[in-house]
Amino acid sequence: MAALTRPARPPVLPPPSGRAGFGGTLRSEFTKIRSVRSTYWTLLALLAVSIGIGAAISGGTAANWSHTSPADRATFDPTQASVAGLFYLGQLVIVVLGAMVLTAEYSTGMIRTSLTAMPRRVIVYVAKVVVFACVAIVVTSIAAFIAFLLGQSLLASTHDSATLSQPNVLRAVIGSALYVTVCGLFAFAAGAILRHTAAAITSVIGLLFVIPILAHLLPSSWYQDLERWLPDAAGRALSVTVGPSPEHLFSAWGQFSVFAVYTVILLVAGAVLFRNRDA
Amino acid sequence: MIEVRGLSKRYGEKIAVNNLSFSVTRGKVTGFLGPNGAGKTTTMRLILGLDYPDAGTVTIDGKQYASLAYPMREVGALIDAKAVHGGRSAYNHLLCLAQTNNLPRRRVGEVLELVGLTDVARKRTKGFSLGMSQRLGIAGTLLGDPKLLMFDEPVNGLDPEGILWIRNLMKALAAEGRTVFVSSHLMSEMEHTADHLIVIGRGQLLADCTMDEFIARSSGQTVRVATPQPGLLAKAVTEAGGTVTADGDAGGHGALTVRGLVAAQVGDIAFEHGVRLHELTVVRASLESAFMELTADSVEYRAEGQPPAPGQPALPGQAAAPELAAQGQGRHGHEGRI
Repeated sequence: MAALTRPARPPVLPPPSGRAGFGGTLRSEFTKIRSVRSTYWTLLALLAVSIGIGAAISGGTAANWSHTSPADRATFDPTQASVAGLFYLGQLVIVVLGAMVLTAEYSTGMIRTSLTAMPRRVIVYVAKVVVFACVAIVVTSIAAFIAFLLGQSLLASTHDSATLSQPNVLRAVIGSALYVTVCGLFAFAAGAILRHTAAAITSVIGLLFVIPILAHLLPSSWYQDLERWLPDAAGRALSVTVGPSPEHLFSAWGQFSVFAVYTVILLVAGAVLFRNRDA
Repeated sequence: MIEVRGLSKRYGEKIAVNNLSFSVTRGKVTGFLGPNGAGKTTTMRLILGLDYPDAGTVTIDGKQYASLAYPMREVGALIDAKAVHGGRSAYNHLLCLAQTNNLPRRRVGEVLELVGLTDVARKRTKGFSLGMSQRLGIAGTLLGDPKLLMFDEPVNGLDPEGILWIRNLMKALAAEGRTVFVSSHLMSEMEHTADHLIVIGRGQLLADCTMDEFIARSSGQTVRVATPQPGLLAKAVTEAGGTVTADGDAGGHGALTVRGLVAAQVGDIAFEHGVRLHELTVVRASLESAFMELTADSVEYRAEGQPPAPGQPALPGQAAAPELAAQGQGRHGHEGRI
């Protein structure tokens, strides 16, 4: 019978089985993030500022150690000093990268091509979150550990340097990487909600940097009640290793959970909008 | 294959698609025609689930696009060739699309070869010309070897070579038994490729017919005659109930265009009156002019001072725009066919 029908083209693809799902989309999203140069530049910038600022603070402290008062020496936190770069600028860099994961697709129009290839939007969204989170945690962990080790070697002359086996130190190093990663996810969600790179970055900077500064202008009793609910308080709580834990804050991981919950709420809101809005 | 039922979509105040229903049948090239702003792109976005309709449904083989098992193996769609991340190479762009549908990596190389972009596969698409971008977009639609292809204005902005390439590609795809659904605002683009036409204007269906039906419905035939005695013939033809317009000079002789009579009648009249004829030709109104007449009322943006002038009713319920029709006829007039 087959001979009677029109000669068919040889099949170019194996017969399909199952359906397009999460695995393929995850591979696709990884291809996307690794195949644009801006990813490498941004991550390189993250490493440079995180390690560089930590080294500058550590080196500067060591150079001035002989002039440092005993009181200041007692409160000096070598771990916090070495990973400070992640908080000061690394955070900003990851916010840019996180926001752009989705907003770059809107600004280039790629989102329409992506959603034509894979129209099940929640799968696309979750795949993007997972790929970005994995890339971010790997790079921020590398940044945090290198910044810590470099900082401590620069502080060796002070005989006040920290080791990972000391209490809270490992928590501070891993916690700073986690905190910066969650900042990136926070920005990703803002990007999903606002769909505009500049708007997303500006509003995240507003929430993470500007609101805490404005909050300081409040009467101090108000501020003390408010501080533990600010998103950036997680960073302060996680990175402290010397002296009593900060007043008016939850424990380090408790404070981290507050920030994580905010981020999850934003991510879910972003997913709902991503699913329901016209692309 | 594609079933559009009662589709409506509004963006703010503007109604882009209004209660639109049609179907695209398997194994044919279906032309999707309409003036700019008629709602063609919106309809395609709704088919692909990029936008959600306010009312109505779209199904592909009975399923919504988003629930197709492997969308790229069923439908290859290109709406905007520039909708790519310019920082990504052509190869990686296609790879990330192929991966979502579990298509083998070798397909990327194959489709790049097919569209002639192998040499620039590793180049970033930022530097691509419109023609190259179009080829890349088409490569993407072919990744999954789909049986249905959808292109939105594929020749827009292309140079003649690119236009020819796209035309030949569409013919080749149709010859392989695939369904091709292609939009254009130019009738002339469809004349060579489409079997079936869906014409919309202001988001509403104006015509859904085969190309032959469209030709038959178009503003009808005229007869062109050249004679050394135009005055005599014009008088006789008018007496017989025809309308005559002088067509200017044809090789030293008067040429007339006759409406309302068929060629045989004109020939008989000339014989009876002893008028010598040098030419007797049936002129089919061009599809371009038929399309313009059909859409004259629904053109979204029109230059000032060029209103859709009333004229002879060309299609039922449609007013013709004579000056536009005449223009189209001059450029695309088809002769013969008897």
